Amino acid sequence: MRKLLFQSLFRSPFTEPAPSADDAAVTELATSLGRAARRRLGRSLSIREVDAGSCNGCELEIHALNNAYYDVERFGLRFVASPRHADVLMVTGPVTRNMREALKLTYDAVPGPKWVVAVGDCGRDGGCFAGSYAVVGGVAEVIPVDLHIPGCPPTPTAMLQGLLALLERVDSAASG
Amino acid sequence: MPSLIDRILEGREIRQRSPWPRAEVGAHLWRFVANELAQGRLGLLGLWGEPSMVHMAIMDGDTAEIAIVSLDCPDRVYPSVGVHHPPALRLERTARDLFGLVAEGLPDTRPWLDHDNWDVRFPLGERIDALPTSSPYRFLPVEGDSVHQIAVGPVHAGIIEPGHFRFTASGETVVRLEQRLGYVHKGIEGLMTGATLERAVELAGRVSGDSTVAYAYAFSKAAEAALGLVAPDRAVWLRALLAELERLANHLGDIGAICNDASFALMHAHTSVLRETVLRAANTAFGHRLMRDVIVPGGVARDINDSGREAIHAALDNIRLRFPALVELYDNTASLQDRTVDTGVLKPALARQYAAGGYIGRASGRSFDARRTLACPPYDDLRFDVPVLTEGDVSARVWIRVREVEQSLSLIDQILDRLPEGALRAQVRPRKEAREGMVQEGMAITEGFRGDVLVWLRLRDDRIERCHLRDPSWFQWPLLEAAIEGNIVADFPLCNKSFNCSYSGVDL
Repeated sequence: MRKLLFQSLFRSPFTEPAPSADDAAVTELATSLGRAARRRLGRSLSIREVDAGSCNGCELEIHALNNAYYDVERFGLRFVASPRHADVLMVTGPVTRNMREALKLTYDAVPGPKWVVAVGDCGRDGGCFAGSYAVVGGVAEVIPVDLHIPGCPPTPTAMLQGLLALLERVDSAASG
Repeated sequence: MPSLIDRILEGREIRQRSPWPRAEVGAHLWRFVANELAQGRLGLLGLWGEPSMVHMAIMDGDTAEIAIVSLDCPDRVYPSVGVHHPPALRLERTARDLFGLVAEGLPDTRPWLDHDNWDVRFPLGERIDALPTSSPYRFLPVEGDSVHQIAVGPVHAGIIEPGHFRFTASGETVVRLEQRLGYVHKGIEGLMTGATLERAVELAGRVSGDSTVAYAYAFSKAAEAALGLVAPDRAVWLRALLAELERLANHLGDIGAICNDASFALMHAHTSVLRETVLRAANTAFGHRLMRDVIVPGGVARDINDSGREAIHAALDNIRLRFPALVELYDNTASLQDRTVDTGVLKPALARQYAAGGYIGRASGRSFDARRTLACPPYDDLRFDVPVLTEGDVSARVWIRVREVEQSLSLIDQILDRLPEGALRAQVRPRKEAREGMVQEGMAITEGFRGDVLVWLRLRDDRIERCHLRDPSWFQWPLLEAAIEGNIVADFPLCNKSFNCSYSGVDL
């Protein structure tokens, strides 16, 4: 283990450097996410993830946000274990009828102010599962949604970009 | 001497043979099969319903012969298999919830998928109105001095799927775990009914997100078996490439995540990086990080080009460079081994009884691997080992994954070296003799990273009349209840992650 840790001291980090200037969207994301988050939420935004019926594909990519390449915590974004610790609910899946109540209870447990991000095509309108006897539909059918991030599943970069858009809305609502 | 399956099928009309025989049997023979399952002479691959019929897929473990037996039950009652052979219990509860089929003698008649939240009962059978009031789910009673219960879920603390775990503990020790699943039931088999092949393969690829390749693979092969369609060679090899990339990415993720649940975050950080390199290579090669919607009935939807090959080779080189040090780290860290060795032991007899597949079965002495046992192309033409251990603990499940990572690296190299040229997709065309009302059946089993995925379907006029998708976790989840017994509550996440069963795959 010592050897591995020692190597890490000298090897350049996996974490991708602040994106190059020509990568406009991602650069904007890295800088303004930091600024907006700091101003509004004191450098941190706590996210609670809820799978309300997904196939688990979105969860895999949300996990990837935590790997060394994306290192979501450097932006002040952190996944927490309890809705009571959260500012944001990230909800995946078409909401199944069997998860509707649990989702509602989880939302109610998040202290205000709070925001909801619906992740994936299913979170928008039920996606390819819409119309089933067992599915309610998109997340907005059950709790108010502030932002949809499309994709099946969305890439980690798309999710970072979506979280930025949310922060800007949060920020403008606070100053407006 | 005729095999057991031959004897069961003897004299029966074979309804379909694509590629395994299906025969309708009477209640007497159905009970005989249930008894053979209970005696361990056959393994249960699946049990599923139709509005007035119940099917059972069985395998002779010694000869790898597979068959489906079907029992017509116009009054929607059939003799329970679960009463003799517990692996069928949840399957029979599911057939009741979805089709209203009653397994006579079933010792556990509580609903499984139906949580009283749908507007209907028996949504895939003869529908009736939902019950006016929902009744609370009765967990199995546990009696004893100073036992207490811990209820967890359906919303869990991590970024994982929902399900409910009811622990009964005595101090720190788990006396009993009872699972209650069904929270992410989306009604996929209902959506399948009447779907075109394009729509159906899209749904199949969304049964369990981490196994999207394995499901699209199994579905497409089942559809091809029904249609008498042969995928071109290049597609056959590309499918195996996709399957091995999926296995590689998932195993790398799991190895780190298991260690992370033993609070050893360093391993998780490193294997997450390796997993990411595989996903990025997959994205370059196939245009999607999870390789979704690439496998389709008839072949594959897209080809690999030189930059795709290079990306995959680069990812493999990187893993070959870094993975051995991580394996050594796992092997040499006593504090980590202290958590994983002898924890969550699954006895080989149970793995055998449940015909448990994947790393769970292979860490407990059951050598079944669909790639080897069923030897479908191109795996019959590739060199690889199927690692098997008998310890059955968390550590053994880690080691099986480590060895399978190594095997997948080798398989991917072999496939890229020998990838045949040619067409990507055979045209899905109605057969020459096609006529209105034509019925075609097919079944396929593929080896996903988690174990064997089974898909059975029947087409009528080229649309899905009935499709059943059986996740490997049907026969793995119940074993977690057994493996956790006597362990401390704090080791549950570790045991659970070492199983890494699918919720969405079994909830459907």
